Amino acid sequence: MATVTYDQASRIYPGSDKPAVDKLDLEISDGEFMVLVGPSGCGKSTSLRMLAGLEEINDGAVRIGERDVTHLPPKDRDIAMVFQNYALYPHMTVAENMGFALKMQGVSKDQRLKKVREAAQLLGLEEFLDRKPKALSGGQRQRVAMGRAIVREPKVFLMDEPLSNLDAKLRVSTRTQIAALQRRLGITTVYVTHDQTEAMTMGDRVAVLKDGLLQQNDTPLNLYDKPNNLFVAGFIGSPAMNLLTGKVTNSGVDVGAYTVPLEASVKTKLGSETTATIGIRPEAFRIVGSEENGLTVEVAVVEELGADAYLYGLLNGGTDEQKEIIARIDARRPPEKGAKVKLAADPERIHVFSTTTGERVSG
Amino acid sequence: MTATPDSLSRPRTARRVARTAQRAEQAKTRLSSPWATAISIAVAILWTVPTFGLLLSSFRPEQQIKTTGWWTFFSDPQLTLKNYTEVLFGGSTQLSTFFVNSIVITIPSVVIPITLALLAAYAFAWIDFRGRDFLFVAVFALQIVPIQVTLIPLLQTYVDLSLAGSYWTVWLSHSIFALPLAIFLLHNFMKDIPRSLVEAARVDGAGHVQIFFRVLLPLLVPAIAAFGIFQFLWVWNDLLVALTFAGGTQNVAPLTVRIAELSGTRGTAWHLLSAGAFVAMIVPLLVFLSLQRYFVRGLLAGSVKG
Repeated sequence: MATVTYDQASRIYPGSDKPAVDKLDLEISDGEFMVLVGPSGCGKSTSLRMLAGLEEINDGAVRIGERDVTHLPPKDRDIAMVFQNYALYPHMTVAENMGFALKMQGVSKDQRLKKVREAAQLLGLEEFLDRKPKALSGGQRQRVAMGRAIVREPKVFLMDEPLSNLDAKLRVSTRTQIAALQRRLGITTVYVTHDQTEAMTMGDRVAVLKDGLLQQNDTPLNLYDKPNNLFVAGFIGSPAMNLLTGKVTNSGVDVGAYTVPLEASVKTKLGSETTATIGIRPEAFRIVGSEENGLTVEVAVVEELGADAYLYGLLNGGTDEQKEIIARIDARRPPEKGAKVKLAADPERIHVFSTTTGERVSG
Repeated sequence: MTATPDSLSRPRTARRVARTAQRAEQAKTRLSSPWATAISIAVAILWTVPTFGLLLSSFRPEQQIKTTGWWTFFSDPQLTLKNYTEVLFGGSTQLSTFFVNSIVITIPSVVIPITLALLAAYAFAWIDFRGRDFLFVAVFALQIVPIQVTLIPLLQTYVDLSLAGSYWTVWLSHSIFALPLAIFLLHNFMKDIPRSLVEAARVDGAGHVQIFFRVLLPLLVPAIAAFGIFQFLWVWNDLLVALTFAGGTQNVAPLTVRIAELSGTRGTAWHLLSAGAFVAMIVPLLVFLSLQRYFVRGLLAGSVKG
């Protein structure tokens, strides 16, 4: 068990002058479950592979515990990795697959068998130990890949989108299993995913990346409540946050006919900027009377999910005319399609961003 | 999350699947039509007739072979094993010695290039080094050089190294000629193995040697078998290289050289040609039949998904 430190670590692929990972600074404490999340091409997998030693580190350093592993080959780093496509050895049985790393370490056969058996028990794989990977289902293969990592008792687990090849239902159940397993084993884990739901539900902390740059690194709840910038605001949360551009006035920000009130401190921070971007989460909206201060929205679709309903509407008026607005509404009294409703936001839950820099302005 | 993009693309995929299935169905009916069957049977017969004639001839008495064609067998059936005993153990021919020579020539000529090519293919596929792509293209481009051009210079080199008249000349020559294609083929097979498999092995603590022997080699068995069979047949049936480098020395010359001589150079014994040909054919046949089970597909099944 160990901490993991990225210290200004960069990776520039040959033939490209833009770094795939740009001066990544990240501290992962002992036993922590850290999720790297971002859209495809954001550098999250590259960051993981840099830690694994599968990708060269062009600048900066990576440390596991106190040890600088920047230029060590993967086999000397004491890590285990679960690959997106599992990468099981097709010519070996499940037991041989799981015991391969121990065999490479020169562990005796009896010892190996014992450890493989323990891990198999943990994952419910005992009856498959003599099978080849091709005789297993996708979920079972995924568990073998997990088992192969667990057997080694490494300092760090690396997981590269291990759930993306499973069907939706299995993904949800495996998600909780992996999180529970990690907590039980207490091994520092770095987990890469593009799915923000996975990131939010599994991680102790989540690091959001975009274009090789770390955007924000915080607990899931903090990411949700206080996104650092427009990208994080739009990326975290499902359905996504509504982002509206408006004119800064004395009383607040005008989005069409709706005046979003601003606190004095936020106003001073905005300074001389004439426009600002307002972020409102779907659940911060409520329907108000037609004469009250609010956004006029034409209802396009209402998604009724039973417990909740989401209103998808088009904005009337303002610079963002015809922009889609999503609001969570009372499932029992949904408005009709085509109707015009007025939505107002809870002033406590309004996020304000600078339109020019995209940075968060509100506290 | 909305599922709209998914549900939109589904009918299109379904349609594409349906179209592929339809095409497969069409091909199936076309290929299994009575006409197609009749044509393939006719082609098969046409191809087998000469070999069958050769087989029949090899069992006919010398006098008959020299005067009539093999089809006369049907009007005047006479069979004998004399040709075979003479060809294998008879004083003037003694194919059995040459048979052993052929084996001694062929096995190293298959093993040496495959071993070297496997190592080279691994390096080309999985090790990053400066000038790799250039070197790989250069190796492959060597195939353009016709072997006939190289025969005399090679022979001179062998004489200078005083290797002439030994098996080494044939072993080395066959290895040299086989390497470009072997490296290219095995490299392609090695590249087809998913990268993540090699990476998983690296993370699991395997070095290059272990990755090569424990992960890649078992998966390459079909490729090695395929190339092995081709190289074996090529070397076994080769006359040019053997005649050039080993033709002058009786105790290293292979079967093919001796059989060629049957038809003329040192006393005509061409009634023994057909029997000799069949003796020479047995080994490649056995090799093919015993190795063909390695031509199995789907060895990678279950390793990675997608």
